[in-house]
Amino acid sequence: MPYLLPLLVFFPLASAIFLFVTAGRLSARTVGWVATGAIGLSALCSITLACFFLFSAVPAPIHIILWEWMHTQAFSADIAFTLDPVSLVMILVVTIVGFLIHLYAIRYMEEEPGIARFFGSMTLFVASMLVLVLASDLFCLFIGWEGVGICSYLLIGFWYENPVNTAAARKAFYMTRIGDTAMLCGLLLLATTTGSLHIETLLATLHAGQIGPDVLTAATLFLLIGALAKSAQIPFQTWLPDAMAGPTPTSALIHAATMVTAGIYLIARLHELFTAAPLVMMLTSIIGALTLMMAACTALVQTDLKRILAWSTISQLGYMFLALGTGVWQAALFHLMTHAFFKALLFLTAGALIARLHHEQDIFRMGGLYRTMPGLTVAFLAGASALAGLPLVTSGFYSKEMILSSIWSAHFPLLPGSFPLAHILWGIALTGAFLTSLYIFRCIFIVFFNTHKTESTGSTPRLMAIPLACLSFLSLFGGVIEMPDTLAPIHLFTHFLSAPLPHAEEPVWLLLAGASAPIAGVVIAWVLWGRATPVMQEIPGQATIIRVAKEGWGVDALYAFLFVQPFRFLVWLTRHDVLDYLITGIGRMVRAISSFLEHTRTRFLTLSSGRTTLLLQSGDTLLARVQNGRVRWYAAWIVAGLCAALASGVVP
Amino acid sequence: MVALSLNASLLLACMLFCIGLAGVLIRRNLLFMLMSLDIMLNAAALLFVAAGAHWHDSGGQVMFLMILALAAAETAVGLAIILALHARGRPSLDADTGNLLRG
Repeated sequence: MPYLLPLLVFFPLASAIFLFVTAGRLSARTVGWVATGAIGLSALCSITLACFFLFSAVPAPIHIILWEWMHTQAFSADIAFTLDPVSLVMILVVTIVGFLIHLYAIRYMEEEPGIARFFGSMTLFVASMLVLVLASDLFCLFIGWEGVGICSYLLIGFWYENPVNTAAARKAFYMTRIGDTAMLCGLLLLATTTGSLHIETLLATLHAGQIGPDVLTAATLFLLIGALAKSAQIPFQTWLPDAMAGPTPTSALIHAATMVTAGIYLIARLHELFTAAPLVMMLTSIIGALTLMMAACTALVQTDLKRILAWSTISQLGYMFLALGTGVWQAALFHLMTHAFFKALLFLTAGALIARLHHEQDIFRMGGLYRTMPGLTVAFLAGASALAGLPLVTSGFYSKEMILSSIWSAHFPLLPGSFPLAHILWGIALTGAFLTSLYIFRCIFIVFFNTHKTESTGSTPRLMAIPLACLSFLSLFGGVIEMPDTLAPIHLFTHFLSAPLPHAEEPVWLLLAGASAPIAGVVIAWVLWGRATPVMQEIPGQATIIRVAKEGWGVDALYAFLFVQPFRFLVWLTRHDVLDYLITGIGRMVRAISSFLEHTRTRFLTLSSGRTTLLLQSGDTLLARVQNGRVRWYAAWIVAGLCAALASGVVP
Repeated sequence: MVALSLNASLLLACMLFCIGLAGVLIRRNLLFMLMSLDIMLNAAALLFVAAGAHWHDSGGQVMFLMILALAAAETAVGLAIILALHARGRPSLDADTGNLLRG
């Protein structure tokens, strides 16, 4: 069995290398099938591993060391993989959702000239992501972490002819880089404390109490910053909406289903470490709550279909962080899984829809699409219901319900017992659930119902429809493996993770509240946008608050003012090289002065020598005149001299 | 005979010298210049004689005789130059025309 682990990474990696090497020489279909085949093989491997895990009597984690990376006395790191239930869930999600998205992309990207580049990057991404989730050493995890970052950058800037896309790619890269740096700081801090970044060693050191509370808080804080940047949480949320500049399959795979959940995975993986730092935990949950609320509000006023989905991704990731912060990492992981299903479904459906509408992304230019594309309507409805968490029939309901009910009973050791932070967070999460349902059904009512507005052409190819059908199925029924106690005692997921939730007695009204919020959202969305004469006639830029919210609350402008402009100023300074100017100026001044001095000296010398010459000349003339050869004059001079001598003798 | 006092003879010698000098400086005729030179020499000789008479020294008269010989020689040389100039084809007595070497 263990040999399947390297194979899992090997297939996508080999395919990526193959595709990059043969770029431009294979037909688009071949390229697509090679990539999809590789991911399919990976998916088969992961399913095999999952079966092995499920049916073995005593499922033990699989450890495999590929090679030793570095070994010194103080520190050691290996390229090593571990398969435990947490990473098994992740590899299943990555490979199966990845496979479906690749399958979809074969047709979707068929016409693109850079298809080999696209599929090469996608498979490389899957390989990096698998390294990330399988790594048993945090340094090895960091390789995957950086790998998915670079693939994300490559794919956002896929249509690099448009400067807007490359700017979006750069933005995503920079923002996540800030987090990466913080994460590296955290890793190094841990490494200096424990001497190894092997997760098991780390946890053993933690349990032995050898990590001081200050170091622990600092390290987890750094790791949290890394996770926040990767998962586009406040204050790093601005890159994700812009990342929608990439092709839709990329948005589905990287910026919805898998890569952005790397932060969740990291914290879930190290949950024991984080639990020991209550301050960071509280911070995580508060940031998660704020993000989910803010992103839901922003999604409510967007007009671009893909941007609505992007903000909704941020909002859902906020739920996961909230769950992580309250200590229920199982719920976060469960929501991660269901979110991967329904968000991939939503993105792929939106992509198919946009492709058939001649790349129209504004939802207000769409309308009445259920008549022309009933299949896509059903798929989108399935995804939207799961996102909203409509009770009982969707996977989103179960995962969100798990989060909501566990937040209620969460407690924060740092706060006095009377302060109801858990209840406040629960209220925010519930309002968020209501808003989620409101914005996604606003989208549905505007896009699929209402009056017919745009011409659509063609039909969705079968190759694209199959993944949509699979994902619809998963979105609707992927959640039944874990149910609240009130409904049915099914706990397959937590049992599989061997980490059952601490089941306090959950009041029935908690479940009812969680179930009724999405329904209320749907009803209000129908009232506002669903009827033949909608109550809300949105004109773009209607009110200042909507305009501000649409731009993501001006955070972009704030960052531009706080960071980009000063940096540009620095760049300007260095480009114009003020110091160089100064030195050049001084040099020029010195040169000017010296040339002035030289000029002056030359003039002085010329003048003085000229004068001297003139003087000498006149003296010469005078003397020449004196020596005129006339005897009488000589005699006169003699007399004059005599007189002078006598006078000087006489006059004292 | 009344002997001239020293002062008077000094004054006379001075006047003679000045007359001679003026002649040398003013006149351009070589002959007149030579004659003026002789006047000057004679002024000097007169001074010697007066001085000799005053201090009762015979040296003054000796110097007079020598100056007399000198004056004769000088006049002879001057006249010879004039004659030489004539012989070279410059029949002029104007002293200022002979201001160039290679004459």
